[in-house]
Amino acid sequence: MDAALSPVAPHEVEDIEIQLLLEALFQRYHYDFRHYARASIKRRLLQARTHFGLPSLTALQERVLHDPEMLPQLLGFLTVQVSEMFRDPAYFRALREQVLPHLRTYPSLKVWIAGCSAGEEVYSLAILFREEGLFDRTMFYATDINPDALRAAEAGVYSLDRIRKFTENHQKSGGRTSLSDYYTADYGRAVFDKSLRANVVFSDHSLVSDAVFGEMQLISCRNVMIYFDRPLQDRAVGLFKDSLARNGFLGIGSKESLRFSRHAGAFADFVPEEKIYRRREP
Amino acid sequence: MTPDPARALVIGASAGGVQALLAILPELPADFPLPVLIVLHVPADRSNVLAPLFASKCALTVKEAEDKEPTQPGVVYFAPSDYHLLVEADGALALSSDELVNYSRPSIDVLFESAADAYGAGLVGLVLTGANEDGAAGLKAVAAAGGLTFVEDPASAYARPMPEAALRACPAAQVMSLARIPEVLKGLGQA
Ligand SMILES: C[S@@+](CC[C@H](N)C(=O)[O-])C[C@H]1O[C@@H](n2cnc3c(N)ncnc32)[C@H](O)[C@@H]1O
Repeated sequence: MDAALSPVAPHEVEDIEIQLLLEALFQRYHYDFRHYARASIKRRLLQARTHFGLPSLTALQERVLHDPEMLPQLLGFLTVQVSEMFRDPAYFRALREQVLPHLRTYPSLKVWIAGCSAGEEVYSLAILFREEGLFDRTMFYATDINPDALRAAEAGVYSLDRIRKFTENHQKSGGRTSLSDYYTADYGRAVFDKSLRANVVFSDHSLVSDAVFGEMQLISCRNVMIYFDRPLQDRAVGLFKDSLARNGFLGIGSKESLRFSRHAGAFADFVPEEKIYRRREP
Repeated sequence: MTPDPARALVIGASAGGVQALLAILPELPADFPLPVLIVLHVPADRSNVLAPLFASKCALTVKEAEDKEPTQPGVVYFAPSDYHLLVEADGALALSSDELVNYSRPSIDVLFESAADAYGAGLVGLVLTGANEDGAAGLKAVAAAGGLTFVEDPASAYARPMPEAALRACPAAQVMSLARIPEVLKGLGQA
């Protein structure tokens, strides 16, 4: 049989459609998901197709190319928004007990939370820094590519049914205060105190395509690079390397690692169990 | 037509799964020719004990799956707690913290469906005991890709709902008692 006519499995056709759809998103809107881990992207694109009631990924591509209003919703499928306050409490405990004592020696501090989602990690760090007396001298830069997530982060409002888990995590992280000191409950929602974001700048920044963010003492980028392929991870780690001040700290997700990165040599293990690294002297 | 040679084995289990796997994995020889990828539902704070628990009892190497790790024959990979385990087209493993699927993370469906894409007819899927229906859609995907499908006999399983749901979704799957499973698996990947 002619090779061109030989049968292909349906999933192989889907793989072609995914490639084309991601290319279309990039060319039309400059959102670049071409180097995200493909198996997870595929699941989420198929969910989007089902959600929009479309027969194929090609149809989804057609829609989003011609209908910019659909883009935010599609971004909601393509970017994973799962987060919690004080997620992995041991990470925050390690920051509190091992990293902050070093930061205390600086008169002013810059902290970058890359891939901040709806702000859970931002408020966690703001509370942690306040408890440790470092909040007033710190500027926090919270970045993400999802505009809805950035808006939610800026609002700082979470459903009350998530608060129990947040409170438990906060306690396990060695919290010195009560989480309820920082929010008011109203109509099933917890509204976080706006003074917590007095020193926070929220902005749209992509680890795929945007530039260095200067001179940070601490960068926390958790559960973002896990969605990237190896070359894209290298790019992001390179950005972090160049954005850290001398002896600055980098914290990543509990299942992420710098071990395979091209830039691994630029970092020393600081709290290996919690994936906290320190920039080596250049 | 001869069947495609097996290239990977995926296993899903829930309630009663530790006991079931203890009856299977220690029986497999050190030269077992396939990578073994496992999603076992356990309470989130306890699943990190799985790999050490099984490692001490198995001839195979047993470890927790790492993101972007290439798989090797004769190695058992457990999904870590609170992460989905997926297989990329090149056979490397991937972790993700996407939303729960079937109220579960890790989810058996997520592993089986991505593995079916990656390995096609070279995949063997096995659904064991469990009290929910995760794994049914996944096993169906394994069958649709031309892979082999096995289900623990619900009649003698510790919990029936999971193997029953798998059989409803995938009626052509081979049903076998727990006691027979090691023998059948040992026959896999032999040309
Ligand atoms: C799973 S959330 C992680 C939230 C938080 N850091 C945590 O660990 O709980 C991943 C976030 O990364 C964002 N993201 C995805 N691609 C990105 C990119 N190229 N640059 C910056 N952020 C990105 C997503 O929009 C999402 O909000």
